[in-house]
Amino acid sequence: MGIAPVELERPITDSETVLDTPWVTIVWNDPVNLMSYVTYVFLTYFGYSQEKAEKLMLDVHERGRAVVSTGSREEMEVDVTAMHSYGLWATLQKDD
Amino acid sequence: MALRGFRLTRGGHVVIRLDGAEREVLRDLVDQMRALVQPADGPDSGESDPLALLVGIDPAATTPTDPAMLRLFPDAYGDDEPEATAEFRRFTERSLREGKVANAERVVSSLEGSGDRLVLTPDDVQSWLGTLNDVRLTIGTRLGITEDIEERPTFGANEAELMAYDLYDWLSFLQETLVRAAMGLLPPDVP
Repeated sequence: MGIAPVELERPITDSETVLDTPWVTIVWNDPVNLMSYVTYVFLTYFGYSQEKAEKLMLDVHERGRAVVSTGSREEMEVDVTAMHSYGLWATLQKDD
Repeated sequence: MALRGFRLTRGGHVVIRLDGAEREVLRDLVDQMRALVQPADGPDSGESDPLALLVGIDPAATTPTDPAMLRLFPDAYGDDEPEATAEFRRFTERSLREGKVANAERVVSSLEGSGDRLVLTPDDVQSWLGTLNDVRLTIGTRLGITEDIEERPTFGANEAELMAYDLYDWLSFLQETLVRAAMGLLPPDVP
């Protein structure tokens, strides 16, 4: 036992990323961000099509929020950081 | 006075005409913005762990109490996850602030280095988009902007407040025209 590697508190493996509940990035509506700007961010950061970017923007605007990406917790932390750098209001959570 | 916004030239340049007074107003706003988002202490400060600061970790970063700052640096997790929120903030807020400072500096230098006609490089465009948005988020939050135009003050509002709304509308116009011009720089959709 003495030479066994120290177990990480939260080990990350490829299978876990695939099998575990995915995480999601949510963008929330706010009264300041321009609809065109939100669409532009979805187009350029995520590389979504014009159609998908506009649909997500409208979901944010009309429903108050939209899931804009799905993946591992680490990936979603990267996306949330990016959204904050663009000035969009975003959070991450486990997909429910 | 007709409002002049950004436009994309046939040659693929993003340009705008701004007179000296307009450039001065923008410069002043962006300077204030830069001061507002500047990290509290630099890597050479003796206050914090210099190694942590070098790699972008800020042990002192906590949820802001000022609503405008909270809008620029939101919590990344819901209210039920205060520990994850705090940890995320320690690891990301400093570089987020540094990115906003870098954008503001690029905007100021493009304002300083030009006459009435500004020509933006693609990198300038990204910095201008981010900074205009940051300034609008800050003013908009302070004014308590809503999506309902009817809620705007009209008669009886003090002059400073009305001027702030005018400024906000002008910045919105600038950003809207800049987004349009930037959209024109994107490659066409590949189906």
